[in-house]
Amino acid sequence: MPSYELIVAAVLIGALTLYLLLGGADFGAGIWTLFARGRQGQSQRALIDQAIGPIWEANHVWLIIAVVILFTAFPPAFAVISVRLHIPLTVMLIGIVLRGTAFAIRTHDISSRSDGFTGAPPIWHWIFAWSSLITPTMLGMVLGAIASGRAAGPAETIREIFVDPWLAPFPIAVGLLTTSLVAYLASVYLILESQEPSLRRLFRHRAMISGALVIFLAAVALYLTGEGAPEIHQGLFATALGRATVVGTTLVHLAALWAVITERNVMARMFAGGGAVAILWGWALSQYPYLVEPSVTIYDAAPSGTLHVLLASLLLGSVVLFPFLFYLYILFKGDVLTESARFKH
Amino acid sequence: MTDLLAARSQMAMSLGFHIVFAVMGIAMPVLMAAAEWRWLKTKDEAYLVLAKRWSKGTAILFAVGAVSGTVLSFELGLLWPSFMERAGPVIGPLFGLEGFAFFTEAIFLGIYLYGWSRISPRAHFLAGLVVAVSGTASAIFVVTVNAWMNAPTGFDIVDGQITNVRPLLPLLHPFAFHETLHMLLAAYAATGFLVAGIHAFFLLRRPASLFHRNALAIALVVGGIPAVLQPVSGDLIARAVAKHQPAKLAAMEALFVTEPGADFMIFGLPDVSTQTVDYALVIPKGLSLLLHGDPRAVVPGLDKIPRQDWPPIAVTHVAFQLMVGCGLIMAGTAVWAGVRWRQGRLEKDRWLLRTLVVIAPLGFIAIQAGWVVTEVGRQPWIIQGLMRTSKAVTPMPGLWIPMVTFSVLYVVLGGVVFWAMRRHIAAVDFTSSAEGETGRNAA
Ligand code: HDD
Ligand code: HEM
Ligand code: HEM
Repeated sequence: MPSYELIVAAVLIGALTLYLLLGGADFGAGIWTLFARGRQGQSQRALIDQAIGPIWEANHVWLIIAVVILFTAFPPAFAVISVRLHIPLTVMLIGIVLRGTAFAIRTHDISSRSDGFTGAPPIWHWIFAWSSLITPTMLGMVLGAIASGRAAGPAETIREIFVDPWLAPFPIAVGLLTTSLVAYLASVYLILESQEPSLRRLFRHRAMISGALVIFLAAVALYLTGEGAPEIHQGLFATALGRATVVGTTLVHLAALWAVITERNVMARMFAGGGAVAILWGWALSQYPYLVEPSVTIYDAAPSGTLHVLLASLLLGSVVLFPFLFYLYILFKGDVLTESARFKH
Repeated sequence: MTDLLAARSQMAMSLGFHIVFAVMGIAMPVLMAAAEWRWLKTKDEAYLVLAKRWSKGTAILFAVGAVSGTVLSFELGLLWPSFMERAGPVIGPLFGLEGFAFFTEAIFLGIYLYGWSRISPRAHFLAGLVVAVSGTASAIFVVTVNAWMNAPTGFDIVDGQITNVRPLLPLLHPFAFHETLHMLLAAYAATGFLVAGIHAFFLLRRPASLFHRNALAIALVVGGIPAVLQPVSGDLIARAVAKHQPAKLAAMEALFVTEPGADFMIFGLPDVSTQTVDYALVIPKGLSLLLHGDPRAVVPGLDKIPRQDWPPIAVTHVAFQLMVGCGLIMAGTAVWAGVRWRQGRLEKDRWLLRTLVVIAPLGFIAIQAGWVVTEVGRQPWIIQGLMRTSKAVTPMPGLWIPMVTFSVLYVVLGGVVFWAMRRHIAAVDFTSSAEGETGRNAA
C-alpha cells in the first residue's frame, strides 16, 4: 500500500496531465489564431472557436484542482514556489485572465456568428492569440524552475531570490518546449475537428512542423539538464528506468509524427497525447520524491487528517464528475470522433 | 506604500473584482432558468427569447468570473504564503470541494450555452438548474473559508503548531451558516435589482414592451424576496459577530465605551482621537435591544480591547452604515413593488420604475461595503486571534508593481466588460423595440 502522500502526489500529476492534454490544447488552439489571417482566416477562427468554445472553461478547472491539491496537501512546496517564482506566476495569471476574457468577448460579442465572423474589434483576436502563447511559456518556465533546483538556491539578494530561479537556460527551454507542445497537440486535434479538406491539410502541415519543433526542443532541454537540472539529469540518464523512459518517449513521438504524415488521424491523436504524457511523467518520475528540487519532498505534507479528507473528496468528486465530463465530450465531440471513423481523411 | 499595504490592496481589489462576476454567476442562472421554465410552461416564445438574451450576456460574465477566480487561487500563495502554509491543511479541503463545484458549473455551463439545439428543452432547462446549484455551492464553500478566518475551528494548537485537524468542521460552525446565508441572499438581491433596474429603464421608454415586462417581473421576484429577508439575516450575522469578534462589532457600531443599554447609531463619523462620533442619529438603547433582545444588556466596547488590536474604526463603521442603508432601501422598494404587483399595476407605477433605475447598483455597493466590514473589521488579524496579517505577507519586495499592474488590468477589463454589456443591452432594446412596433401595428 503506497503512502497517502504518494497517492496525493500521483493525483496531482494526474490533474496536471489532464490540464496539459485538454486545457493545454485550448491554449495551443489560441496560438494558431496568430496565423489565422488572410483568405482562410475566418474559417480557421470558426473552427477553433467551435472546437474549444463549449469545453475550455471545464478544461481550465484542472489547473485549479492542481493548485488546490498543492496548497492543501503540500503547503511548504506551495509556499516556496509562490515566493520564489512570483514573477513568472504573475505573468502567467495575467495571461490567463486576458485569454479567457478575450475569448469570451470575441465569441459572445453580440455581433459574432458561428461562421467565424466577429464584429468585436480585432484587438481581441490579437490579445487572445498572444496571451495563449505567453501563458503556457510561463507555466513551462515555472515547471522547469521547480525541476532545476534553482528555487532552493542562494537567497541573499533580491535577484537571487526572485529572478535567478527561473531566468536561466533550462527553465526557458522548458517554457518553449511547453508552448510548442500545446501548439502541436492542438494542431493534431484540429485535423480531426475540421470537415474541410483544405483546413485538414493546413493543420496537418502545422502538426508536422510543430511536432518536429517539439522533438528538437525536447532534445535541447534534455541536453541542458546536465548543467541546468542535475537531479533530473541523474534521474533520466543514470538509471535503467530513466534511460528507458527517454527512449520510450522518443519512440512515441516518432510514431505520432508518422501517423500525422500518413494521415492516420485518430492514431495521431493518441500518439501525440501519449508523447505529451510521457514527457510530463518522465519529469515527474525523475524528480521523485522531490516536489521542489532539491529541498521539499512529497513527505513535507499536511497532517494525515487533511490528506484523508482531501483524498475522500477527490474520490467522491470524481465519481460525480467523470460521468458529467464524459457527457460533455460526447455531446460536443461525439460526432467528431464518429465522423472521422466514417471518412478517413 | 509598504509591501503589506500593497498586498492588502491587491487582494482586496482582486476580490472586489471577482465578487461582482461571482455574484452574477450565482444569480443569473436562476433568472435564466426562471425564464426558460416560464417558456416550457406557457410555450410563450417571448420567454425563450429572454432566456437566450440573458444567457448570451452572461457567457462573458462567467468567463471573467472564472479567470479572475483563478487569479485569486494563486494570489493566496503569491501574497500570503505563510497564511496558506498554516491554514492550508484546514481550509484546503473546502477549496477542494469548491473545485468540484466549479467543475460541475463549468461543464453544465458549456452544455447550457452551446447546447440549445443539441439537447431537448427539458434537458437544457435541467442543465441551467445544475449551473445555478453549483454556483451556489461554490459560494457556500468559499464563504465558509472566510467564516473560518473570522471564527477559526476544527484544529488544536499544540506548541504553536496546528494539529489534530478536522477539516470538515468549519462547515458546521454557526458563523459559517449565517455568513453563507447572508452572502447568497446578497447575490440574488444585488443581481435581481440590477437586472430589474435595466429593464425598468426600457419600460419607462417603451411601456408596451412585453419583453421588458416579463424580464422585470422575473428579476423582481428573484431579487425582491431575498432583499426583504436580508435585514433579518444581517441581524443574525451581527449577533454571531458580537459573540466571536467583539472588536469588529464595536468598530461597526463605533462603540468606544462598554455600557449597559448601548445606543444604536445611524450614520455618523467616528473620531478615534477623541473617541466620539459626530453627526450620528442615535436610537437610545437600540443596540442592546437588537443584539440581546434586552434594552439593558451590556455590550463590550473598544475600551475592552487592547489598543494594538483595534481594527480601523472609521472605515468599518462607515462601510457598515453604507451596507445597512442600501439594504433598507432595497427591502423597502421590494415591499413597494410587491404591493403594486398584487394590485396588478407593477409596470404602470412610473415612480416605482424610476426608483428601480436609480437603485439598480445599490446591491453591488452593499456587497463591496459588506466585505469591507468583514475584512477591515477583522484587522489586525488575518485569522481571528491566531495570526496577524503582517505575519502572513510574502517577503517579496516591490509588491506595488504587481499591485499597480493588476489595478490597471482590472480597470481595463472592467471597462471592456461594461462596453460589451452595453452592446448586448442596446441590441436587446433594438429587438424589443421592433417587437413593440409590431405590437402597436397589430393593435
Ligand atoms: C476567502 C477569503 C476572502 C474573501 C472572500 C474576501 N477577502 Fe478581503 N481579504 C482576505 C480574504 C478574503 C485576506 C486574504 O484575508 C485579507 C488580506 C489581509 C487580511 O487581513 O485579509 C483581505 C483583506 C481585505 C482588505 C484590506 C483590509 C485591511 O487592510 O484593513 C479589504 C478592503 C478587503 N479584503 C476587501 C474585500 C472585498 C471587497 C471582498 C469581496 C468582495 C473580500 N475582501 C472578500
Ligand atoms: C479567496 C477567495 C476566492 C477564491 C480563491 C476564489 C476562486 C475561484 C476560482 C478559481 C474560480 C474559477 C472557477 C472556474 O474556472 O470555473 C471562481 C469562480 C467563482 N467564484 Fe470564487 N473565489 C473566491 C471568492 C469568491 C466569493 C467570495 C464568492 C461568493 C460569492 C465566489 C463565488 C464564485 C462563483 C459563483 C464562481 C463561478 C464562476 C462564475 O460565476 O463566474 N468566489 N472562484
Ligand atoms: C439591512 C441590513 C443588513 C444588515 C444588518 C447587515 C449586516 C451585516 C453584518 C453584521 C456583516 C458582517 C459580518 C461578518 O463580519 O462576517 C455583513 C456582511 C456582509 N453583508 Fe450585510 N447586512 C445588511 C444588508 C446587506 C445587503 C443588502 C447586502 C448586499 C446586497 C449585504 C451584503 C453583505 C456582504 C457581501 C457581506 C460580507 C460577506 C459576509 O460576511 O457574508 N448586506 N452584513
